Amino acid sequence: MTDMHLDGNALGALFIDLFGQEMTDQNGCCDACGAVNPFGRAVVYRDAPGDVMRCPDCGAVLIVAVRTETRLRVSIQSLRWIEVLE
Amino acid sequence: MERTAVRGRLNWLVAEVVDLIDETGTVKSIVLDCPDWPLQLPGQHVDIRLTAEDGYQAQRSYSIANPPAGEKVVVTVELVDDGEVSPYLIGELAVGDQIELRGPIGGYFVWTPEHGGPVQLVAGGSGLVPLMAMIRALAESDRQVPVRLLTSARSRETLIYGDELRRLQSSLDNLEVAYTLTRAQPADWQGYSRRVDQQMLAETSWPATERPLGFVCGPTGFVETVAANLVALGHDAARIKTERFGPSGG
Amino acid sequence: MAIISRGFKGRRQEDAPRDRVPPGQYVTNDFPVLSAGPTPLISLDKWSLSLTSETGQTTSWTWDEFSALPTEAITVDIHCVTKWTKLDTSWEGVSVDTLLDGVQTSSGFLLVESYDGYTTNLPLADATNGKAWVTHIYDGEPLRPEHGGPARLLVPRLYLWKSAKWVRGLRLSSADQRGFWEGYGYHNYGDPWKEQRYAGD
Repeated sequence: MTDMHLDGNALGALFIDLFGQEMTDQNGCCDACGAVNPFGRAVVYRDAPGDVMRCPDCGAVLIVAVRTETRLRVSIQSLRWIEVLE
Repeated sequence: MERTAVRGRLNWLVAEVVDLIDETGTVKSIVLDCPDWPLQLPGQHVDIRLTAEDGYQAQRSYSIANPPAGEKVVVTVELVDDGEVSPYLIGELAVGDQIELRGPIGGYFVWTPEHGGPVQLVAGGSGLVPLMAMIRALAESDRQVPVRLLTSARSRETLIYGDELRRLQSSLDNLEVAYTLTRAQPADWQGYSRRVDQQMLAETSWPATERPLGFVCGPTGFVETVAANLVALGHDAARIKTERFGPSGG
Repeated sequence: MAIISRGFKGRRQEDAPRDRVPPGQYVTNDFPVLSAGPTPLISLDKWSLSLTSETGQTTSWTWDEFSALPTEAITVDIHCVTKWTKLDTSWEGVSVDTLLDGVQTSSGFLLVESYDGYTTNLPLADATNGKAWVTHIYDGEPLRPEHGGPARLLVPRLYLWKSAKWVRGLRLSSADQRGFWEGYGYHNYGDPWKEQRYAGD
């Protein structure tokens, strides 16, 4: 059975709100397994009730986002680094 | 790869509906004029926000169907059963109405003719929308990048952009299109008549030795099956980009 | 300032029974499948449920042992914090009271663990006296994996994220401990009738 997950581009707007720029084509490194992938390749579970972004290689939780009417709370979990091309 | 020049928070812009096009019985393209619109790259999407009189808001993402065209943004929306936003966009929205959108969003699932090829596009249902932006960009370009599209729909009546694809197929030497209609086919149907499988992909896509850039879009289950089959055919997973729409589609 | 979308009403349901639909919710006929991660697939011969008291004393049941416990059939309304409410859902399961039968405890809290690592927490008083079950039948059929099968906790009085799917362990604790969503910004208690969706509500 397929899990109803999405790709990292589903969180595209969130990344822009958070990082101030387009992130789906930028790389991040998973702290749990060391895999490097562009954000667009992440495995995303939406409305879980929050949004959960997981490493496409090992499934570790990278980012959790909870958005209320007045604020956006983002928890950075197993992200060792993110890289932005200059 | 060129970067989308988006800096700072995404602001909501107000666009006006200038045209509505019935693509199929349940799919409509909405042509918007949006002042201050930052140009999109083919494959990107927008967020659309609706606000009721009492302040209640709903928001959804839709793929952009047109390549960059100044302040013109076209979204193609499929009616979702029991949906909240799509019934409004398809059933109620009228020319002259205003609508809020922000974007364009997405720098990963993006292709322009400058990126080269060959290109393999595989679409399931409304997953064709962002891939059509790529094909339309190809049609406007001088670059003769070789592109193959395999598109899956339930029937001819639900196939989006059918006439335009046939026209582009004959006018562009570098575009090949294969179709599969999975539930109902017209009597004279020459295309495929089943769900996309490895055999169909083997027959319609570039061989792995060509190292194509792959873009797969549609419902989650469709994307998973196609991506897995492409990898099984020898394609490099790193060269396959996916955009899952979720269980019901875009 | 957002512009008003002419004629847009959203999912407003004027005919929804107000006394059964908490504020901000809409009634759905679907049963949406929402999850923070992939669906774990647990075979019944490997399944077990454990109950650990605050002193560390543990009771556990294999699937066969769990299936031999007395069950109750219940029909309840369920409310998800993502705003959908489903009325008259029917389940069969073992009451948490039954699981606690014979267990001495003075703890105030129940900490819940699932097979995929998910956790949640609630006051023990909200899980006892007929308020919570470990259910394995939904709508007359064995509970499907995407809805939490083989067995999930069901606490209808709180938002559905408290009704942990794929339940593996119940832990009695004197101290409260925030679970997965509570730790990321959802309300620690989650009463739909007070619209306690997020921390600080």
